[in-house]
Amino acid sequence: MISKRKIALATLNISLALFAAGCKKEVPPQPPPPPPAPVQAPAPARPTVTISAEPSSIERGKSATLRWSSSNATSASLNQGIGTVPASGSREIFPTNTTSYTIEVTGAGGNATASVEVVVRAPPPPPPPPPARDDFSTALRRSVNDTYYDYDKYDVRPDAEPVLRANASALKDLFASYANGRVLVEGHCDERGSNEYNLALGDRRASAARDFLVTLGVSAGKLSTVSYGEERPQCTTADESCWQRNRRAHFAVAP
Amino acid sequence: MKLQKTLFTLLFALAAVASAQEPDFRGIVRSGGQMPSIAVPDIRGLVGTENESTFNTTLWNDLDASGQLRMVSKSFYPRTAPRRAEDIQPTGDNLPVDPGDRGLWLVGWSDPPVSARYLVFGALEQSSDRLVLNGFVYDATLEPVQAAYVFGKRYYGTLDEKGAQTIAHDFSRDILQSLGLGTGLAGSRIYFRSDRSGFPEIWSMDYDGQNLKQHTNYKNIVMTPAVSPDGTRLAFTTFVEGQPKIYIHSLETGRKLTFYNQDASLNTTPDFLADGKSLVYASSMAGPTQLYMADLDGRNLRRISYSRTIDVDPVVNPKTGSQIAFTSGRSGIPQIYLMDIDGANVRKLSGGEGDAVQAAWDPKGEQIAFSWTRGFEPGNYNIFVMNVASQQLVQLTHGAGRNEHPVFSPSGTHIVFDSNRSGGTQLWTMRADGGQPRRLTTQGKNTEPIWAIR
Repeated sequence: MISKRKIALATLNISLALFAAGCKKEVPPQPPPPPPAPVQAPAPARPTVTISAEPSSIERGKSATLRWSSSNATSASLNQGIGTVPASGSREIFPTNTTSYTIEVTGAGGNATASVEVVVRAPPPPPPPPPARDDFSTALRRSVNDTYYDYDKYDVRPDAEPVLRANASALKDLFASYANGRVLVEGHCDERGSNEYNLALGDRRASAARDFLVTLGVSAGKLSTVSYGEERPQCTTADESCWQRNRRAHFAVAP
Repeated sequence: MKLQKTLFTLLFALAAVASAQEPDFRGIVRSGGQMPSIAVPDIRGLVGTENESTFNTTLWNDLDASGQLRMVSKSFYPRTAPRRAEDIQPTGDNLPVDPGDRGLWLVGWSDPPVSARYLVFGALEQSSDRLVLNGFVYDATLEPVQAAYVFGKRYYGTLDEKGAQTIAHDFSRDILQSLGLGTGLAGSRIYFRSDRSGFPEIWSMDYDGQNLKQHTNYKNIVMTPAVSPDGTRLAFTTFVEGQPKIYIHSLETGRKLTFYNQDASLNTTPDFLADGKSLVYASSMAGPTQLYMADLDGRNLRRISYSRTIDVDPVVNPKTGSQIAFTSGRSGIPQIYLMDIDGANVRKLSGGEGDAVQAAWDPKGEQIAFSWTRGFEPGNYNIFVMNVASQQLVQLTHGAGRNEHPVFSPSGTHIVFDSNRSGGTQLWTMRADGGQPRRLTTQGKNTEPIWAIR
């Protein structure tokens, strides 16, 4: 609905416009038009060029394709050692690093350039191998421990019994996991006995450990024994701590 | 006339030496005061200074090392010595006043300042390409000259150092034998374990450490050598197949001979029987290491010890062949035991105070040498000799380091053993009474000696 007040405003605006027009001064005469320019051949058009890469981002070792098109160009050249190319065309490229390719076209109307960057990404690292199972030797070393003996003795000491029990349990697990695993129980001695007697003593130590394990259910067929006497000591210092280290049964992979 | 007589005597003597019996290696150990004295002036000839010097050094060392003779120092000798039997002047004829000029008279050697009982002399010559020795021994205290003659013999050797050594060894052996002093050590060889090549292997050398030879090359643990009584076979333990096994080599060809090892974790400590046709050894085939006897190829096996614990390192009486000494843990710690060859009559020889191991017989089969820690900490062994019949005990080393593996010489007069008294473990010899210790080796660790007739 149009109110009386709006009609009044419109009337005022029109009145003002008429007043303004009535105050305009007299207009001077127009200057003559300039003379027409002399007739010339039309200037050659400047060349244009566009370039793109598809894809614009690749993994190292993969390829991308450069495509370019130009107008008003008579020749074209790509940098990065590529050289002359058709004025429009495409080319497969194998950049090893992120590279900017620039094409320069030349025509009667001058030069034009265009660039495109191909981003090269490092390939993702190979997926980590699935966690490898320990080989038998490593698993044996990890889970089975030496047991120790008194001088001139080959009976299993009380402190060796829990070790042999743990060894028996570990060996049963190992033999279940490694069907071809076999263990050589080595008997060793310290240097103080005679080397002849020590061969026999080491043999007894290895047998005592083997027999203990078999009693606890380790398969006898998986265990063999050897005595090294005092021939393969762990250490060679002449003190009780070294001698004790050498008076032992050691559990190795059977050859 | 005089020449004819001398020649006759010489021929007779040569025949006597030629018909001499094979050596019986009967040894006699005398104390220094009882040893006969002997003068051994250098024997000269036109055979090259080096060969002459090698000969004289070897002869002197052989006689000295026998431990049977008191060697009179050369500084007391007259300026000259006889070269031929006919050089000797009859007693009384023109005896010079100066003792230094009395070299051609026997009294010049038997009287002061030399005061020798025996005189050795002779001449070395080169005959075509051979070295020739005419060697003599006289008892300088007897007269006339014919009575003083002990023996004379001609020896031939190659014209080099080896030939000079060989005729010196042969001459020294004949000298000792002709004087009733056994055969000495010359010609005998010591087999032993040495790591000088980088691995423990079996080597041998002359009794004086010369002429080394390597017998095994398994590049693995090789130990417990034994040599057959005739010196033609070498037995030992090797780990070359993994578990320790007994191997036997021919010492004539160097080749491995067939020996069937029992299926056991341990076969070790072989020793040849006196007859050379069988051997004893220790095996774990029945559980604890026990003693067995077998033919030289390992067949015809017989068990000879029955204990529930360790029996090891058997050695057979070389004279009777009917007794075995061995090491056993049946009393708790290793001790030396004796039993009959069939396993009967087991009895303990050592006294139980400390480890007693490594029994070895003397060639007469009357005494046993062994290593014992009695009176010392475990591992500190000394060498003892026990008379088996009387159980009388003699201690030969006294705390000079760790002394082990005593073995009698074939002559019975000496013992070879290993000792760390000079640092590393090396081989030593000493007289069977413990005197005259001499070091034989220097390179590497040398242990487990065996003394063979050749």
